[in-house]
Amino acid sequence: MIVRGTDRVLVQGITGRQASFWTERMQAYGTRVIGGVNPKKAGTTHCNVPVYGSAREAMEARRFEASVIIVPPLAVCAAALDAIEAGAQKLVVLTEHTPVQDVMVLLAAARDNGARVVGPNTAGLVTPGECFVGFMPAFNERIFRPGQIGVISRSGSLGTLACLYLLRAGLGQSAFIGIGGDPILGTTMRDALVELDRDERTDGVLLVGEIGGVTEEDAAEYAADMKKPVVAFIAGGASPPGKRMGHAGAIVMGTSGSYASKRAALERAGVNVLGTPSDVGTAMAEALK
Amino acid sequence: MNFEEHAGKALLAAAGIAIPEGRLATSADAAARAAAELGAVVIKAQVPIGKRGKAGGVRTADSPTAARARAAQILGMEIGGHRVERVLVEQRFDIARELYAAVLNDPACKSPLVLFSTLGGMDIEEVAAKQPDAVRRTPVDIRAGFDEDAARALIRGLALGDAEPRSATLLAQLYHAYRANDAELLEINPLSLTDDGELVALDCKFVMDDSGAQRRPELAAQGVSDAATELERRGRNLGLRFIELDGEVGVLANGAGLTMTTLDVIARHGGRAANFLEIGGDAYVKGKPALELVLANPRVKSLLINFCGAIARTDVMMEGVVAAWEALRPEVPAFFTVHGTGEDEAIQMLRERLGIEPYDALDNAVQAAVEAAR
Repeated sequence: MIVRGTDRVLVQGITGRQASFWTERMQAYGTRVIGGVNPKKAGTTHCNVPVYGSAREAMEARRFEASVIIVPPLAVCAAALDAIEAGAQKLVVLTEHTPVQDVMVLLAAARDNGARVVGPNTAGLVTPGECFVGFMPAFNERIFRPGQIGVISRSGSLGTLACLYLLRAGLGQSAFIGIGGDPILGTTMRDALVELDRDERTDGVLLVGEIGGVTEEDAAEYAADMKKPVVAFIAGGASPPGKRMGHAGAIVMGTSGSYASKRAALERAGVNVLGTPSDVGTAMAEALK
Repeated sequence: MNFEEHAGKALLAAAGIAIPEGRLATSADAAARAAAELGAVVIKAQVPIGKRGKAGGVRTADSPTAARARAAQILGMEIGGHRVERVLVEQRFDIARELYAAVLNDPACKSPLVLFSTLGGMDIEEVAAKQPDAVRRTPVDIRAGFDEDAARALIRGLALGDAEPRSATLLAQLYHAYRANDAELLEINPLSLTDDGELVALDCKFVMDDSGAQRRPELAAQGVSDAATELERRGRNLGLRFIELDGEVGVLANGAGLTMTTLDVIARHGGRAANFLEIGGDAYVKGKPALELVLANPRVKSLLINFCGAIARTDVMMEGVVAAWEALRPEVPAFFTVHGTGEDEAIQMLRERLGIEPYDALDNAVQAAVEAAR
């Protein structure tokens, strides 16, 4: 789930306002956008690339490896199935508020076809200096620069802030992987951690988690056996239980998903869990010594 | 989104699952009339949380007079922060056995999970912890669905006797209801096996996936809003995710993760946030109504604005904040920290129009806001 400059990218829903804004920025940064999809505007050109009626048509015309999905929530499932059937290897689902049962349908299809899904409700993926997909300010050089730290985040905004603090400590990023804020995700924190552990350009990993679910606990199990240092910040320690804190997945039910559980699991695995995102850069620099 | 028991039971009944005959009552007299029709009854507080029995919200009555008295006790009670506005008056059953059945969204399997147990009436997590063998569970390929054959395979060997085929039918019906209503959880506990060998759903917990509500507006309208206060209702009507808290530092930030972090850092520096409010995602154009909402809380003594723009453009958010500020001219001191997409334009706007210099570091802005709220 690291994006590479060699990946050819389709944007499903390219003609939307947000999609247009971000497609232009992706192109300017170097992402190889080969086309977009909007069944109503097939045959036209948008953001200087052809618009197709479906991902299948796009694949027949020009091959692509990754598809970015920015369509309305109730259209996500069909768009994803289209991309999977077309043979896309990676799907990055940016849309928020996709019904969870639809997400389960598309994940089952992706699993059968060997496609990797990132999201839904992810802000995207960045490989600084190379390319990015999604809603990320990759082009902001005060936040993203090529480097050696892999960052995994459930949140786009907080992940961005964490990257800023890494850079202030002199650490750029090898890859930013936004896994998304939904309760059921195609790529878990552990999946992303495994990939960064194997990535030759990554020397250390920053986990940016939050309350709700068990993806941090699951990642902690893997982190325990890693040689690369892992540093974490978990948001939501001061949030009241039983309330959904902005993300559909960010809710503490009973003891499940609590800050205390996540912090304890990560600390047991030898991960340095910080009290403020301002410290992630200095803590990572220290861990790399 | 949570639902009261009676609303969940209506979904079960629509799927063919037997439920006790019952009436909703909003007064003690209405409860008495229902008991006159139904005979021996149980009277249940309708609030969208568990443990109602322990709180005294579930009582039996054998006569209309007793039903009136019990209902009068339960109506108006406060259970888990919810005031009881109505009771469900239901026909009472002689129970031979209490079973358990549920279907839920499982993040670990990334699929629906069907659960069944012969030990109903108790908290299923406790049963699973003490007697793991007593709880059967299976993930479902959501594209294939879950039929009676699959249900039979799940419950085989549980010594259900004559109730086994009926249990299999019920599980398939329950799964159907789960799928048809965008449930996040649909649970029957207890599922009663009566002396006559019938299966009756004595209780029902239905939680709807919030993201599924957009395609089922009529059902969603029956759900219980989690907006508990006047300001929270106002926020919901504006399409903003606003949660009122009991502190003094008003918060406006973008993105769920960043906003939770803002509350955390306020707590770390000894302060207390007055609210959670995030204008990330598509809400980043709502800076003006969002700030007005934060400032409508009379407890707010200082304001912390923390933007880190990814999708949410800080220049667009700042435009809204400045507009609200110029309209309201609030007296509370405000502290800003701004990074990410559009930051140069946003900071310039802040300096030129409000004459405020943002803090560079989050912790410094938070410290200043906490100090000012003391």
